[in-house]
Amino acid sequence: MSEPTQPGPLFTVGSSPLRKEGVAKVMGQAKYVDDITLPDMWFGATVRSTIARGRIVSITFDPAIPWHEFTIVTAADIPGENTIVHLTKDHLCLAETHVNHPNEPILLLAHPDRAVLPAAVAGVQITYEELPGVFTIEESEAPDAPAIWEPAPEDALHSQEKNVFKTYLMESGEAASLETIFANAAYIVEGEYRTGAQEQLYIENNGVIAEAFRAEDGSLESVKVQGAMQCPYYLVHALELVFKLPEEKCRVIQTETGGAFGGKEDFPSVIGSHAALLALKSGHPVKICYDRAEDMAGTTKRHPSRSRHRTAVSKDGKILGGEIDFALDGGAYVTLTPVVLSRGTIHAPGPYHWPALRVRAKAMATNLPPHGAFRGFGAPQSIFGTERHMDKIARVVGITPEEMRRRNLLAVGDRTATGQIIHDTVDMQQMLTRALTESGYHAKREEFARTNPTSTIKRGVGFATFLHGAGFTGSGERRLNSLVKMIVDAKTGNPHILVSSTEFGQGTNTILCQVAAEVLGIPYDEVFITQPDTKIVPNSGPTVASRTAMIVGKLVEQTAIKILAALQPYGYEIGNTFEQFKKAAIAYGIEHGDVNVEARYQSPGDIFWDDEAYRGEAYPAYAWAVYVAEVAVDTSTYSATCTDFYALQEVGKVLHPVLAKGQIEGGVAQGIGYALYEKCVWQRGHMANNQMTNYIMPTSADLPPLHVAFEEIPSIHGPFGAKGIGELPMDGPAPAILNAIEAATGIAFTEVPLLPEDIFERMTANGNTGGSEDLNPSIDRDTRVESVA
Amino acid sequence: MTTITFTVNNESRTIEAPPMKRLLDVLREDLHLTGAKEGCGEGECGSCSVLMNGELVNSCLVSALQAEGAAITTIEGIAVGQKLHPIQQCFLEKGGAQCGICTPGMILATHHLLEKYPQPTLLQIQEGLAGNLCRCTGYTRIFDAVQAAANQPGKP
Repeated sequence: MSEPTQPGPLFTVGSSPLRKEGVAKVMGQAKYVDDITLPDMWFGATVRSTIARGRIVSITFDPAIPWHEFTIVTAADIPGENTIVHLTKDHLCLAETHVNHPNEPILLLAHPDRAVLPAAVAGVQITYEELPGVFTIEESEAPDAPAIWEPAPEDALHSQEKNVFKTYLMESGEAASLETIFANAAYIVEGEYRTGAQEQLYIENNGVIAEAFRAEDGSLESVKVQGAMQCPYYLVHALELVFKLPEEKCRVIQTETGGAFGGKEDFPSVIGSHAALLALKSGHPVKICYDRAEDMAGTTKRHPSRSRHRTAVSKDGKILGGEIDFALDGGAYVTLTPVVLSRGTIHAPGPYHWPALRVRAKAMATNLPPHGAFRGFGAPQSIFGTERHMDKIARVVGITPEEMRRRNLLAVGDRTATGQIIHDTVDMQQMLTRALTESGYHAKREEFARTNPTSTIKRGVGFATFLHGAGFTGSGERRLNSLVKMIVDAKTGNPHILVSSTEFGQGTNTILCQVAAEVLGIPYDEVFITQPDTKIVPNSGPTVASRTAMIVGKLVEQTAIKILAALQPYGYEIGNTFEQFKKAAIAYGIEHGDVNVEARYQSPGDIFWDDEAYRGEAYPAYAWAVYVAEVAVDTSTYSATCTDFYALQEVGKVLHPVLAKGQIEGGVAQGIGYALYEKCVWQRGHMANNQMTNYIMPTSADLPPLHVAFEEIPSIHGPFGAKGIGELPMDGPAPAILNAIEAATGIAFTEVPLLPEDIFERMTANGNTGGSEDLNPSIDRDTRVESVA
Repeated sequence: MTTITFTVNNESRTIEAPPMKRLLDVLREDLHLTGAKEGCGEGECGSCSVLMNGELVNSCLVSALQAEGAAITTIEGIAVGQKLHPIQQCFLEKGGAQCGICTPGMILATHHLLEKYPQPTLLQIQEGLAGNLCRCTGYTRIFDAVQAAANQPGKP
């Protein structure tokens, strides 16, 4: 373990200094990639497949277009491997003989005039021999489904089954005795829950500018890509393969990034490689910035999911054992899907004690564009199923949702489903009490029970209890081996933090500078963070997985401690002024130059993870939460509205209260969108509503008051006790809202998104329809509910 | 090509452009004012918002020809030199800007809102900003920023 965090009052951590890049942003001076123009720059565009699956038969070029003005790139122009590497190499950079999803890139075009590109893209005619496709988890897993994806025989990462990207089996407790447990249980409760795809909808679309540099003999020397992204080194590694260049010849710079949410985690490897190919062939810098329609149709989304629960419950509502089958639709290529599936699997048990549990998880291939990272990364999907299911168990057993949770919540010293002992002194019972009290849950339940029978507006209140692991899953952080540097300029005395961790609104720049300033005992304004440029900054890992504050922040803390040690002999100590810090840095500089230190991630000695058995410390730390939603369902218009929202979470030390609240509020807003507004309409794998006009995200007029509260229990894993926070708020809103809708209407909807047309269908249909369960819980036709006691 | 003369941030400008060129592109490409952003290109997201004769417009839906003779204010015309306008200062202090891509449009929409309602109610703020999408904040900090700005001297 690293040195313990210093005791004593904090002067910047825990306060809310101004966002580092805030002035540039409010003045409109921050430079996003589309604001940058390089000399002699051309523009790139992508010719994409119009079908879901098939063989490319012919490609012809409309003779009306002056093709000699264009640079045209095909797979044959790739100097290295035709692959976008993530975990495997199945994902091609450009399609060659076959396409496996609509909008798959086939050809690239570049031209000096941006305006002529749309007509040129339309002027490339591609004919196909169509092959049968699969578009849902069920179609993909059907025994007679066409084999749309098969693993390379030597590829041990994957299951060897047709169309299966990845499976996990996670067993815990007395899983071997599950049959007996089910045979003797008072109740067996089954349920099936589904979530749809969700578009990240960052307001800045994916975009990059690439340059290729040739040696004197004309051979390719290096490539450079700048643009909107979360993980500069992911793009470096993709470029290495596409261009057959060593790492140091692939330079990547993150420009100011206008939102990401996971949507700029893996996808920049695609668009960055494309732009660099056009730059190499054209001899010009090439900018590709997608428009909204192309970005929505062609880039990644949240994985659709299906969760099937079968739970053995005692007479008094204690979980005795359970089976959870969790399935994701991965789209056409593997990309990051196994990792998303992993997080979804580990979060499926929720914050509950399972004496016996078996989770079977699988990710299926479909002929949709590959699904990818989106805030929460599999956890919102499995937590939705679990939290809806907990309310169902409560209904079957005849206890309140609150009592159901109280009888099963994990406590300090308990083991999670992976066998991890809960060390954080979190008290979920007390958090539940606080959340239900502060949100007025009980009073609202009473009030709505009184008012609903005589009103066409049915109101309800529901909640979700959940946890979210911070950092990479299992042994991930050990493999990442992150490195952070800090340099103190010997002339100005200002420390500069060097990390590949990126700012895209969440506050990376600000919190890392706070941590450094706090350790060094100098003003926040005197600490700077360097723009992520892989030529300059080390690989501190990707900016994902709620890991920046906790993991990278801890490394920043360690570098700052080393700076202190270096400057101490030159007369600086905590309590001195910045002038004295500067004087010491200058004195150090005369002898040694800039103070230059680094810190590398070292796995805490007591963390153990078994990737095969899925046992051990799944995450260094968890954030814990109780979210309470109030809804109104209009039985005349069939619209459901979230009318009030309360979010309580324990996230360790809150480094910056304003940023932290902003993270929770923004995540809750996305969660409300996930539950009630945001529906991807698929037509044979093509997103039919790929416009903001008909893919609806919440506006300022759609959101309820968002009440955010924190509990702070310092964690030993993060700087000053901080844990991860970014993904957590995505997990709770959807199940809390659907639990509230059930309380309001008596209808147990089982799917998100839940739009007015879905509510209309259910409320006006005779008998049961998809997406919900029966109105009357006592005659539960879809589920086998037995009372054998 | 058409010659278009208009006022941008109190400065008279003349440009040659195709008459149907979007005002957004005229600002960004011809005048190098890149504060207005393209988020959707169809008038849904509001990140290209500018003030045109005092009205809030989506500059992706306005043609160059329509801008002839108009007075345009972009985010670059809001601050006085390097001194932030009170609205900008409030967005900065209250956490109203996260990724920043919607911020220029949001600040212009706020400017427009406070001209119309110097002391807006929460509902007026929610409705006044409903044409400007923000994916980061959940809007709460933006509402705080607008309310703080309404109470500043020297606004809008």
